[in-house]
Amino acid sequence: MRAIVPILLTLSTPVIAQGSGPMPPLANRQLVDPAKEAQAMRLMHSLRCIQCQGQSIADSDAAMAATMRAEVRQQIAAGEKPEAIRSWMIDRYGEWVSFEPDMKGAGLLLWIAPFFIFLASIWLARGLFRRRA
Amino acid sequence: MNRPWILWIPLAVVAFIGGLAFYGLAVPKDDQVHSAMIGKKLPAFALPAATAGVPALSNTDIADGKPRLLNIFASWCLPCKAEAPQLEALKAAGIEIDAIAIRDKPEDVAAFLAEFGNPFRRIGSDSEMLVQLKLGSSGVPETYVIGGDGTILFQHIGDIRAEHVPMLIEKVNAAR
Repeated sequence: MRAIVPILLTLSTPVIAQGSGPMPPLANRQLVDPAKEAQAMRLMHSLRCIQCQGQSIADSDAAMAATMRAEVRQQIAAGEKPEAIRSWMIDRYGEWVSFEPDMKGAGLLLWIAPFFIFLASIWLARGLFRRRA
Repeated sequence: MNRPWILWIPLAVVAFIGGLAFYGLAVPKDDQVHSAMIGKKLPAFALPAATAGVPALSNTDIADGKPRLLNIFASWCLPCKAEAPQLEALKAAGIEIDAIAIRDKPEDVAAFLAEFGNPFRRIGSDSEMLVQLKLGSSGVPETYVIGGDGTILFQHIGDIRAEHVPMLIEKVNAAR
């Protein structure tokens, strides 16, 4: 029985639950131009996989991530700018799909909050040092 | 201490963070990734037929002036089997349903339809999920309400349960 369990586990639904379609060719194949591949790779590390929500599409094995990688590589190969591709993804899935929050709305608050905290801490520290002196 | 109010700031900050924590516990988390394509036109696509005997699907087939449902399904997806009776009920209510089969094989789609019935007018095969990506769809099953001019009006994520059927009928009829 012990010997059969791993075999049964490999045949269980999570393994076959992704269907059996072909992977798009560019999902796991690098672009020929190393500079473009580096660009695509940087972008893929900052886009979130829709299927396995905590991972970037560069890290994920999910079918959806494969499709997203292929889309990124295909658009980079076609000369598209990485930020334009990020916007393309955001147009379809919302801000959520990007690991790098946009500098507007709640995203802007996220970017400038450290600056305000820094100013506030200087102001607090100033009072402390003055008293010491 | 000439400014005693300053002592309250740390407490206020901690209380705020504590409040956020309680809010996070009290309000259930929405794990679904909603499409940002609602209100936009269907992307252009032309998918081959998913199985013999059911016509192929392109965006112009859907945007033919008549509002309808677009069901994203797969033969390997369990909830898709569970929603089959609800799709039959929608069809019986006079609603046309087109479908996109995700990462599927023709023989698997044929077996699925033979077992659970075919409520679909057309089925396109999206074997590489590229159309699914363009739709902002995040998984199977999903059901979109599409207006007669091809505008995406509504996205239902997950299987259609019996209680969702009247709502979907109403949304399609409202688009007529």
